[in-house]
Amino acid sequence: MGKETNYINLFRNYREVLRQYSSPLMDAKRDAAMGIFEKRGFPKPGDEAYRQFPLDNLLEIDYGMNLYRMSTPAHPAKVFRCEVPSLSTQLFFVVNDVYYPDNKPHHLPEGVLYGSIDKILRDYPELMAPYYGRLSEQSDDAFAALNTAMSQDGFLLYVPAGVEIEQPLQLIQLFHGEIDQMANRRNMVILEEGAAAKLMICDHSMTQNSCLSNQLTEIFVGEKARLEYYELEMTHSQNARICNTFIDQQASSTVFVNGITLNNGVTRNNLTLRMLGEKAESKSSGFSLLDQKQVSDYHIAVEHLVSECNSQQLYKYILDDESRGVFAGKVLVHPDAQKTNAYQSNANLCNSDKARMNAQPQLEIYADDVKCSHGSATGQIDENALFYMRSRGLSEQEARMMLKFAFVADVIEGIQLIPLKNRIHNLVGKRFRKQMSACAGCDIC
Amino acid sequence: MLLEIKNLHASIGEKEILKGLNLSVKEGEIHAIMGPNGSGKSTLSAVLSGNPAFTVTKGSVRFKGMDLLGMAPEDRSREGLFLSFQYPVEIPGVSMVNFMRTAINEHRKYRKQEAMNASEFLKLMREKKALVELDNTLASRSVNEGFSGGEKKRNEIFQMAMLDPLLSILDETDSGLDIDALRVVAEGVNKIQTPQKSCIVITHYQRLLDYIVPDKVHVLFDGRIVKNGDFQLAKELEKHGYDWVKQELSD
Repeated sequence: MGKETNYINLFRNYREVLRQYSSPLMDAKRDAAMGIFEKRGFPKPGDEAYRQFPLDNLLEIDYGMNLYRMSTPAHPAKVFRCEVPSLSTQLFFVVNDVYYPDNKPHHLPEGVLYGSIDKILRDYPELMAPYYGRLSEQSDDAFAALNTAMSQDGFLLYVPAGVEIEQPLQLIQLFHGEIDQMANRRNMVILEEGAAAKLMICDHSMTQNSCLSNQLTEIFVGEKARLEYYELEMTHSQNARICNTFIDQQASSTVFVNGITLNNGVTRNNLTLRMLGEKAESKSSGFSLLDQKQVSDYHIAVEHLVSECNSQQLYKYILDDESRGVFAGKVLVHPDAQKTNAYQSNANLCNSDKARMNAQPQLEIYADDVKCSHGSATGQIDENALFYMRSRGLSEQEARMMLKFAFVADVIEGIQLIPLKNRIHNLVGKRFRKQMSACAGCDIC
Repeated sequence: MLLEIKNLHASIGEKEILKGLNLSVKEGEIHAIMGPNGSGKSTLSAVLSGNPAFTVTKGSVRFKGMDLLGMAPEDRSREGLFLSFQYPVEIPGVSMVNFMRTAINEHRKYRKQEAMNASEFLKLMREKKALVELDNTLASRSVNEGFSGGEKKRNEIFQMAMLDPLLSILDETDSGLDIDALRVVAEGVNKIQTPQKSCIVITHYQRLLDYIVPDKVHVLFDGRIVKNGDFQLAKELEKHGYDWVKQELSD
């Protein structure tokens, strides 16, 4: 055992503290999860799933954890201005891994539960017991196990049967503080039968210290429920994000997942989406804009377990400088999943000799009456297009920017939340003009 | 003199294509450059517009008295040079409107003018679209994507009208056009033409020259201009082909 030992010892030494500072539902899952973590340890160099992901440097850092649940000194809304404003008045904050309780009225429909996952698990143990940990415990990912063992708080949204929330909800996850730290953020979204919600999560960092966010999100989408789920990362080079998202979809439900890595350090996003009920539909999409030494690694697995479901994946990467992108997308069609439609598309633009892209599109089909396709392409900016544009008076820089924009335009166009779509459009422009990566602080202050 | 090409040599890779080309174009003149396949016509247009695929090994080109070869492609455009591409490039995801607005504003910025506002721009676009009978829907589509051959060429002339150049080079703008489209394109060019503006028409055939009547006709052969004349020369070439020129040269 190498770097794992620190975490195993920490867990043992602070087992009582964890019990004391978290809800019983959370606590009940810890020991088994730590068992998995001890058995597996962090991914090794030969481990296929993390082969391209630079873990070593991340695990060298001695991160602090807020096990005693110290609250943040300042109201996050006072020190932080989000780049995606006016999307909603339904704004929530998680600072490091602490849900920040505000006393603003949120005017959400009756029966909707939202806010600190720790508090809701304490207040509604019977309602929440069937959900908490059900998806994560099926995973053998070391980071997922570590999250279940260590996490103490995060955000939860519960929408009861038949309730539709029109207004989008926005959760801001911030890093703040003067030390290198790790946050085991735990989120959960539950939409019961016929419920509908739109949730957007933005990741930011307000500290130049090294931060590791080890996030785990469990999402339950009931029959005929509709979920739009957006994640936008706008952190900086000292930030690492490892995120496991599990989505279970029941019959005739629709899920739209979108993940955008606009600025970051090192990012790993694992998405496991299971279609468990017939006629469910899912669309997952996203893009990563990378430069310098940024890394973005998406592992997407879509599983068709029953018949007549549709799934689509569309992921794009633009790589400059010495950045690295990884896309591993898998569609798994089980023997009973007849009449499945599954499409996967991945395209990547490598703009420098030192940038590197690894793409691994995979289809595994065990049913015979299905329509499935996948495609992946990695290339460079079309020199003919570039010259054509310059010959009309566009500077090389402007032309390159427009071509990059065009490259991700279909992903942006696919965003269903119009104010967000417009905002992303602006942010991408800002990103390409290097008005964002120059100084992460400027973006915030 | 608007354009003065002296002893121009250019190659692609190791292969020399232009081998000492001379040409002078005055303000207001229309020149036709004709020649058989592989004589270097398209290389000439590529070199003048600054295509980085070609290397100039010798010679000079002055445009409005400036050293054209030292200028970036975008600056050539901003100074008033325009190339109508033989094969216009498709650019998925970039709308015509956005492309043209950016181009116009980059030109204006270069001239230290303020950016054009949206309503002015749309008015200008409407006006110039009408000139080449360009379909309204084309403007909202991606640049050249899914355009027919004729639409692409019309789109080139539309862009030319928008950018209002001093010197236009039409590189085989007639190729792939049916007779109606040819007329529309040629009329478009004629409407744009003023006594200050010049045009170099590169073509295989005389038929475009029936609409855009040149002041001077040059025959390009093996990387050099080997014959100069007026409209009469174009007619002779149409009648007798290029063989007699080659014959004359070998004599």
